[in-house]
Amino acid sequence: MIEAGKPIFVQIAEQIENDIIDGVIEEETPVPSTNEFAVFHRINPATAGKGVNRLVEDGILYKRRGIGMFVATGARQRLLGARTEKFRGNFVGPLLNEAAKLGITPEQVAKMIGESERRSSTS
Amino acid sequence: MTDTAVRVTGLTKKFGAFTAIDDVSFTVERNKIYGLLGRNGAGKTTLMQLLTGQQFATSGTLEVFGASPVENARVLQSLCFIKESQKYPDSFRPEHVFANAPWFFAHWDAAFAARLVDDFRLPLNRPIKKLSRGQLSAVGVIIGLASRAPLTFFDEPYLGLDAVARQIFYDRLLEDYAEHPRTIILSTHLIDEVSNLLEHVLVIDEGRILMDQDAEQLRGTASTVVGKKTDVDAFVAGRDIISRDGIGGLASVTVAGLGETERTAARAAGLELSPVSLQQLIVQRTTSTTSESMTTTDAWSARS
Repeated sequence: MIEAGKPIFVQIAEQIENDIIDGVIEEETPVPSTNEFAVFHRINPATAGKGVNRLVEDGILYKRRGIGMFVATGARQRLLGARTEKFRGNFVGPLLNEAAKLGITPEQVAKMIGESERRSSTS
Repeated sequence: MTDTAVRVTGLTKKFGAFTAIDDVSFTVERNKIYGLLGRNGAGKTTLMQLLTGQQFATSGTLEVFGASPVENARVLQSLCFIKESQKYPDSFRPEHVFANAPWFFAHWDAAFAARLVDDFRLPLNRPIKKLSRGQLSAVGVIIGLASRAPLTFFDEPYLGLDAVARQIFYDRLLEDYAEHPRTIILSTHLIDEVSNLLEHVLVIDEGRILMDQDAEQLRGTASTVVGKKTDVDAFVAGRDIISRDGIGGLASVTVAGLGETERTAARAAGLELSPVSLQQLIVQRTTSTTSESMTTTDAWSARS
């Protein structure tokens, strides 16, 4: 839900993105209206609208006159690409920085990841 | 002009030697939800009384929908002012209040009012003086919502309302506002509860406007930077410092206006960033004794 420290419209945009990535909202299907978002998340409609418009600017959503906002074709693929880049910056970079601080080499990190994955898949 | 609901220029209101409103200028745009926030005695109620023609300005001009509200039927018809302690005739019951409302409010929606009565579980035929404090507040809230006035003021509308009832108020307010956009000015101390509802924030302190800003801008950008004192000082130098605190070699400084690149720079410099809620931000801005001149370190060196 809505948390502090991040502009709310960014959070709204990210939640819609997540729903598209997870397949909750499919391409060429409508997303809820700005007012529905506002009432559901208990936020100002103008703020919700800002989040939706951000996705329109990015070409993820498009407007059908008189009907509402729809998910564009290819939106999921584009979001996955952008998120992968973000993942690299937000997680892989800091991970390697912390590892370097502790004297762990990237090879050792890769090994750790392999081990963790095996452990979680057997459990 | 058409986008402006309220325009105030150089407004001053004195009560004898006391200046309640001190040379205040601002505008309120139509169809937005405003938060009028400030400490006790800051001048919030006086300002709303001036805007609704219940007080006369000492000097300055104020326009509501393009004209002075004082004795102006056209303007007053489009206003609804819900006060903290609304007074009703002693013999009245809530049903009488709601039955009379259409006389005063052209956009009154009786069906909506009836739904709200259900939501708040308000006993319609109990005498007003027998209502609990919270039920009395509910009467005001119902009037404020169902009147759908083009400019609605809520002045601490929920004294005694329980958490469930307050949430009902926020939810109905948002739902109805989404369908029937109008200008709403909400004055409250419960900033955290309403902060997500607001589009614009006016903070008043000692009769002056301290902040007049988009809520989203306020919310997104202020952060508290925590780290080694030397690092923090280097990072915040030249920035808009809202408050400063520290212990030993650690410093914690709240600054306004950090962009994404600056945040990344702060993290790269080994500083911790934590969010500042609207309420914290306003508390820090209106706690005038500590913020500006005296920093904690100054206080320490002054003591030693």
